[in-house]
Amino acid sequence: MPSDFMSNLYVFILAGFVGFEVIKRVSPLLHTPLMSLTNALDAIVVVAAIIIAGRHETPLSTVLGAVAVAASFSNMVGGFFITDRMLRMFKTGRPPK
Amino acid sequence: MMNVLASQQAIDWAYLVAVVLFVLALKWLSSPTTARHGVLAGEIGAALAVIATLADPEVVQYKWIIIALIIGAGVGIPLGMVKITAVPQRTALSHAFGALSAAMIGIAEYYVGVPHVTRFGMGEIGLEVIIGSLTFTGSLIAAGKLQEILPQRPITYRGQNIVSLSVLGAAILMAVALVINPNHTFLFPCMVGMALIFGVLLVTPIGGADMPTVISLLNSYAGFSAALLGFVLNSKVLVVAGALDGSSGFILSVIMCKAMNRSFTNVMFGAFGQVQASAAGAAEERTVRSASPEEAAGILAAASRVVIVPGYGMAVAQAQHKVRELFDALSKKGVDVSFGIHPVAGRMPGHMNVLLAEADIPYDKLREMDDVNSDLPQTDVALVIGANDVTNPAARTDSGSPIYGMPILDVDKARTVMVIKRSMNPGFAGIDNPLYYFDKTLMLFGDAKGFVSDIVRELAGGASH
Repeated sequence: MPSDFMSNLYVFILAGFVGFEVIKRVSPLLHTPLMSLTNALDAIVVVAAIIIAGRHETPLSTVLGAVAVAASFSNMVGGFFITDRMLRMFKTGRPPK
Repeated sequence: MMNVLASQQAIDWAYLVAVVLFVLALKWLSSPTTARHGVLAGEIGAALAVIATLADPEVVQYKWIIIALIIGAGVGIPLGMVKITAVPQRTALSHAFGALSAAMIGIAEYYVGVPHVTRFGMGEIGLEVIIGSLTFTGSLIAAGKLQEILPQRPITYRGQNIVSLSVLGAAILMAVALVINPNHTFLFPCMVGMALIFGVLLVTPIGGADMPTVISLLNSYAGFSAALLGFVLNSKVLVVAGALDGSSGFILSVIMCKAMNRSFTNVMFGAFGQVQASAAGAAEERTVRSASPEEAAGILAAASRVVIVPGYGMAVAQAQHKVRELFDALSKKGVDVSFGIHPVAGRMPGHMNVLLAEADIPYDKLREMDDVNSDLPQTDVALVIGANDVTNPAARTDSGSPIYGMPILDVDKARTVMVIKRSMNPGFAGIDNPLYYFDKTLMLFGDAKGFVSDIVRELAGGASH
């Protein structure tokens, strides 16, 4: 078993625990923004896509990489955008009229 | 060479900072007061990582990257501007994009690596590509159902589970064959194809009522496929981001399942909404009491505590802004008005809260089920708008009911219950609701938007009686 695998597994399990503890505390009020935010964070896959598309190895890998860049970048941009848009709607008590 | 090494180190540091910011982003999301800082932290982290990667010396050609970034932004921005009612399908679509991206990269890694792909590496790629592919098609089907391009009801046939599981089994067998010999390149596209088909088969039989759970599960799959990709590429930033996304989706799935008293297997293989179709129509003639907008306004104005229970029907009728006016009118009269939100109200976790927040209802008035239930016995009026099953007392009392055991909002414990409903037809799931026949229940027949505005008008005008 490659040593990289073990170190990645450590990171995965620890990050899973951190995620569990942090996300458990997110109020149900914000579960929709939570999903769109984690979606935007997950779009960090774009960095791997950039490498694949930019390494210029085979035409196939360039095309697949470029599709991946477009798909994940759209999640990144759209995800942050809509999360912030939704969060701006949450206001506490209204100013008196 | 020195230069390459230095830039590689700079990239590693940028990724590390990004990961820290991602965790902080989720931490700050715990409260509405800090949540927007969380978005900013996430944006800074993502921007750092993207810029650092663009400066990576491994990247030698920018043309396609730039074109793809422009297309991505061109698709992403409009998808970020959709109406709040359309957020569930946007979310499903973004799960599809995320999974597509992860699958594409896995596929590229295989073809670039072959014939030097190790067996272990092949196992990782195989698993990653299977999960990515099935999440891609599954999410597209979910988005289609939510957008109502595809039929909402579950589509089932005899032997369905056997067919679906055989397709998944075939994909896994091909992956195993590839692990035994990674150079059987002809098997790779077959494996991808089977996984894509399985995604379709997985979500097609699931009904509209189960969408909150399905969307959360797909969220978790999309996250785990990204994490697996991190294993394939030995990229810690992907492992962490994928683990965070995956665990978030998983937690939400568990919450949704609990809120419907269902297990994962039951959601995935049970085809909810199908069974109850036959149980409907059995309701014999029983008497209900109905009331006019004028009477309803009178009762509401005389109350000291009112709980409004909204369901997705309220959003369908576009009534949330009228409900806000009702909230304002009653609050001005000194009535304590709050909202009882069931975890599965709406079409994705937390959807109803965003719909009401959009209508300018203060979020401190949006209350969770348990919190509201402890107050309902001391509540004068529970007003149900466009919700049905989540208020059905049969879930507590009738062990024969399909929703028996599901946690509900105990509106029947309030002194008076008012239900706005078009007619006595059973709702989406076709389950009869005994609540409507109680003596304390007043049925307000009509369109949610129209009826609520009539009440508001009565409250504004002749509330002197």
